Amino acid sequence: MTTLTTPRINVARPGSAKRGAPQARPRQSRPAWLFLAPFAIVYLVFLIGPTLYMLVASLFNTSLVKSGFGSFAGLANYGEMLTRPDFWAAMWHTVQFTLYTTPPLVILGFVMAVLTNRVGRGQWFFRLAFFVPFILPSASIALIWQFIFTPNTGLLNGLQALLGLAPTAVLANPAWAMVGVAAATVWWTIGFNFILYLAALQDIPRELYEAAAVDGASPWQQIRFITIPLLGRTTTLVVLLQIIASLKIFDQVYLMTSGGPGQSTQVALTFIANTAFTSDRVGAASAASVLLFIVILLIAAARELFTRAQDRKA
Amino acid sequence: MATLQTTRNNRFITAAASGPVRSKAQQAKDARGFRIASAIVLGLLALLWLLPTLWAIKTSLSSNATASLGAPAILADTQLTNHSYSVLLGSGDLWNWYLASAITSSLTVILTVVFASMAAYPLSRMQFRGRTVVFLLVVAGIMVPTQVLVVPVFRELAAMGLLNTYWSVILPQVPAVVAVFIFKQFFDGIPRELEEAARVDGASYWRVYWSVIMPLSRPVVSAVGILTFVTVWNNLILPLFTLSNPKLMTIPVGLATVQGSYGQRLADIQASAILGALPLVIIYFFLQRRIVEGVAGTGLKG
Repeated sequence: MTTLTTPRINVARPGSAKRGAPQARPRQSRPAWLFLAPFAIVYLVFLIGPTLYMLVASLFNTSLVKSGFGSFAGLANYGEMLTRPDFWAAMWHTVQFTLYTTPPLVILGFVMAVLTNRVGRGQWFFRLAFFVPFILPSASIALIWQFIFTPNTGLLNGLQALLGLAPTAVLANPAWAMVGVAAATVWWTIGFNFILYLAALQDIPRELYEAAAVDGASPWQQIRFITIPLLGRTTTLVVLLQIIASLKIFDQVYLMTSGGPGQSTQVALTFIANTAFTSDRVGAASAASVLLFIVILLIAAARELFTRAQDRKA
Repeated sequence: MATLQTTRNNRFITAAASGPVRSKAQQAKDARGFRIASAIVLGLLALLWLLPTLWAIKTSLSSNATASLGAPAILADTQLTNHSYSVLLGSGDLWNWYLASAITSSLTVILTVVFASMAAYPLSRMQFRGRTVVFLLVVAGIMVPTQVLVVPVFRELAAMGLLNTYWSVILPQVPAVVAVFIFKQFFDGIPRELEEAARVDGASYWRVYWSVIMPLSRPVVSAVGILTFVTVWNNLILPLFTLSNPKLMTIPVGLATVQGSYGQRLADIQASAILGALPLVIIYFFLQRRIVEGVAGTGLKG
């Protein structure tokens, strides 16, 4: 579940891009388009094309085995999706996953970064411990955590036995499976938030803390009244990116539970993949994709608006 | 930034700590105590975070028989063996997966760096018809969740006859719109004098891009290169559906089959998880700073 998105770069400022550029010279159009052509072609074929295909296929009874779009279905696919309980269940599980992962990822990421910054020494070690899992393949993470969650013989149940607790079969229990997926995800991706917070912390001028210390503020008050407010921007960013990433969760669920036990961890993307590849209903899967697409775009747009509002205030 | 304003006026202290002003000595003691407490909490968190990996490594160094006995047996096992590693490295599959991941990641990096930097150059330097439209398309592209497009991309690749080829993994990942932004932003910061001198001397746009701009852009080339490499190496959803031939599978897809095909060979399974992650850990050790800066500066998250 890794694609590049851009949190920090200020996108879309055609106005500022024009500044300082030479006056419009029509002679530049040809070379400009030659430079753009290679990227434009892959962009059209693998981004715009599939998006349009998805929109069109969502209106047809498209199947994998037959070429073309199949018979016209109008809005039937959408109607079907919006009334299917398993579609809503998948959406709800996606929300559930977001609710389970976002608070620990934000709070722990913040705590780790603040403490690492305070302690000062051995930053390389904490980066190794907290950050490295983030760049490893989800498949490795899933194998490691499935093994930890192995019923009875796994590390978790071993620890529970040591503490005199009854063993929890995390991934085999519908009530716990999503918690297990969320725990692995928190372990895997905390490094991203840790690094973003650490970078933001290093931008806070030391003098602020020194001045506060002179005025008698305790370390805790310094964190409460300087660090937390000044990291507000990073927190907003981290939360919104986390929500967008959670809506697109696929790897961990596919690898650790395949949506089970039962349907208890079926999320939006595994549901879409099943509908298309297992049930061979590309049209219906496309309709579900469009709905998910819209939700993600709305949140991404909210993020854009929010960043710009903050930029204007700053 | 209302909060910043408050701190600047130092009003927050009076608001927050209206108690008696503490002595210098007391303060120093507080600060030291806080630092020690921080170090302890942080140390525990770091241990907790290292535990899963250490456990996987420990298990991978036991025999499959010991590993299946459970956690206490694995912990007590002192007869370390590299049996799992020699089995995995001795069979062909893992090397095929490494090869597939190395080829697809490297080719995607090259194509992304070249195509994205070429596209960024006119966006940074030239006025041309359709510029605004291009800009809007690029902005729109950045918000598109590519995972959601996996079904249509699969159909498209099938129609092109590219399923079960490395190209099915490479081509859909080349249009990483964010790379265009990173390059454009960097190019915007390069002074124009250099290239204008070259232009006056009759150099073509291509020559300016290739011999003036690109040599100055090494830092951003490596940032985009590394982030693209890691993204492509770790991508599961795309190759999962486009590669079904075990000889062509990339590391994530290959690892996804391990749980089913190795069955009770638990030590082998953990060893394969370690071996699958190892190349990225090695890359991290060599390029630590660049990777961390790249993630903090551009954000690699999906």
